[in-house]
Amino acid sequence: MNEISRTRRIWGLLTPATTIIAVFVAWQLLVTGLHVREVILPAPSEIIQALLSQPAWFAQEGLYTMATMLVGFALAVIVGILLAILIVEVKLLESTLYVLIAALNSVPKVAIAPLFVIWLGTGYGPKIAIAFLIAFFPIVIDSVLGLKSVPKDMLDLASSMRASQLAQFWRIRLPTALPSIFAGMKVGISLALVGTIVGEFVASDHGLGYIILTAQGTFETAQIFAANILLGAAGIVLFWAMSALERRCLPWHASQRQEV
Amino acid sequence: MSASVQRAAPAPPMIDTSLPPIHIAITDTSKRYGAAGVLALDRVSLTVREGEFLSILGPSGCGKSTLLRCVAGLERPTGGEISVHGETVRRPPANMGVVFQRDVLLDWRSILDNMFLQTDFRGEKRSRYMARAHELLDLFGLKGFENAYPTQLSGGMRQRAAICRALLADPDLVLMDEPFGALDALTRDQMNLELQKIWASARRTILFVTHSIGEAVFLSDRVVVMSPRPGRIAMTLTIDLPRPRRMAIREMPEFAHYCAQIRTLFGEMGLLKDE
Ligand SMILES: Nc1ncnc2c1ncn2[C@@H]1O[C@H](COP(=O)(O)OP(=O)(O)O)[C@@H](O)[C@H]1O
Ligand SMILES: [Mg+2]
Repeated sequence: MNEISRTRRIWGLLTPATTIIAVFVAWQLLVTGLHVREVILPAPSEIIQALLSQPAWFAQEGLYTMATMLVGFALAVIVGILLAILIVEVKLLESTLYVLIAALNSVPKVAIAPLFVIWLGTGYGPKIAIAFLIAFFPIVIDSVLGLKSVPKDMLDLASSMRASQLAQFWRIRLPTALPSIFAGMKVGISLALVGTIVGEFVASDHGLGYIILTAQGTFETAQIFAANILLGAAGIVLFWAMSALERRCLPWHASQRQEV
Repeated sequence: MSASVQRAAPAPPMIDTSLPPIHIAITDTSKRYGAAGVLALDRVSLTVREGEFLSILGPSGCGKSTLLRCVAGLERPTGGEISVHGETVRRPPANMGVVFQRDVLLDWRSILDNMFLQTDFRGEKRSRYMARAHELLDLFGLKGFENAYPTQLSGGMRQRAAICRALLADPDLVLMDEPFGALDALTRDQMNLELQKIWASARRTILFVTHSIGEAVFLSDRVVVMSPRPGRIAMTLTIDLPRPRRMAIREMPEFAHYCAQIRTLFGEMGLLKDE
């Protein structure tokens, strides 16, 4: 790597970091300067204090939320991709199931969260179900689009080489669809986190969503902010992890190539 | 000059034993897309002998690709029969290489890995073809690019890689559908020379689709001219020019005469109005 691109990369990391720090400093100064009450808007120092007073509790509830979210997301990936393959392979499913999925996608999924509590109780079940449901749609829709976007002459080439349908799937169709599948998963993982929190709002005695809800009842605003900052950080880490995985899996893809 | 011109006449059975054996026999082949759709091919008959370089020439939409795809086993004729080495084509024949207009390289495979696509499909060991792969890369000026990815290459180099891929397993039949259609004129000339060289070195049968009169005459032993709606063979022209042919041959009167004959035919078909 040459000097210029290294400097540029360091700047690329530095600029957002400095921005975030600057925002927090300004926030701290404004809140203390204007004597805003903590219950309305706590200063960053008070938020950090809230976090550090019960670190084990925040960590435990944070991990609970993350675990629930990851299970829901993993299910959405597995079911979403398998279903997309079926939809593309079976003509009848495309005109029935896929149309239904596309139509249901416009329904606000969080609105049916209470139903899952009725069906699945108050444990992990309803939260995983909501995370799954909300993450599932972009994954299945983008996977179908990707699998259908395979150029015809590419399949002709494979047929002319006498490749079996299965071999064509593994060596041509799936690699062609991967960029689109990843696009769906990147949207899906953020949505899975939203779904989990909604699940915890509706019925839970665990998780960051539960912390937020109980803190609201006791007017502990700093705790709400603390939980939200953890959620924001989790969202960034998850998206970054998906991007890293994408770079590993699709080094050839245009979106991955860095301009020098 | 001995230009033999047959117009839409089915070839009579050959008895001359000095001719190479028949490689592809197309008999009364028709293709209609859909029940009431376009008649893309109308009772086409054509015999291609082993080692022959035959071009199919015609305006776009006259059924050239359809004919090639039927020979390749990618499309089923709706009438008549096509056989390769005496065997009716029901699926893509073994020992065949195909080059399309688009290079259809797989972006996620390096140039070398692209060349090995077919052997990977067959589950064959790469080592068997490694020497051949490097020989081809060398021949087509791709040496040093074996680990490059398709997006890093120019259009001409990509199409060269596609040709290398088609030739790797030493097919005895190569089908090419306007392979140089997307290239600039200079690269196209260069590719014509390289193709002639590789054909001369191993004498495969090549079925070459083009809409360029000059390219067809330059490369071919025989040029089959097709007319559109419905797709028929309008003329078969044997190109009796010495080989190896150099680019300068295009300035010779014999060459010009072949081109003129084809152009006249296009004029008669109402495809070329030269007033
Ligand atoms: N898959 C297809 N379905 C319906 N019509 C087709 C299809 N492929 C080609 N055709 C039609 O058949 C005719 C011949 O097409 P084609 O063989 O591609 O011609 P060329 O290669 O000479 O341009 C055209 O009229 C075209 O529209
Ligand atoms: Mg064509």
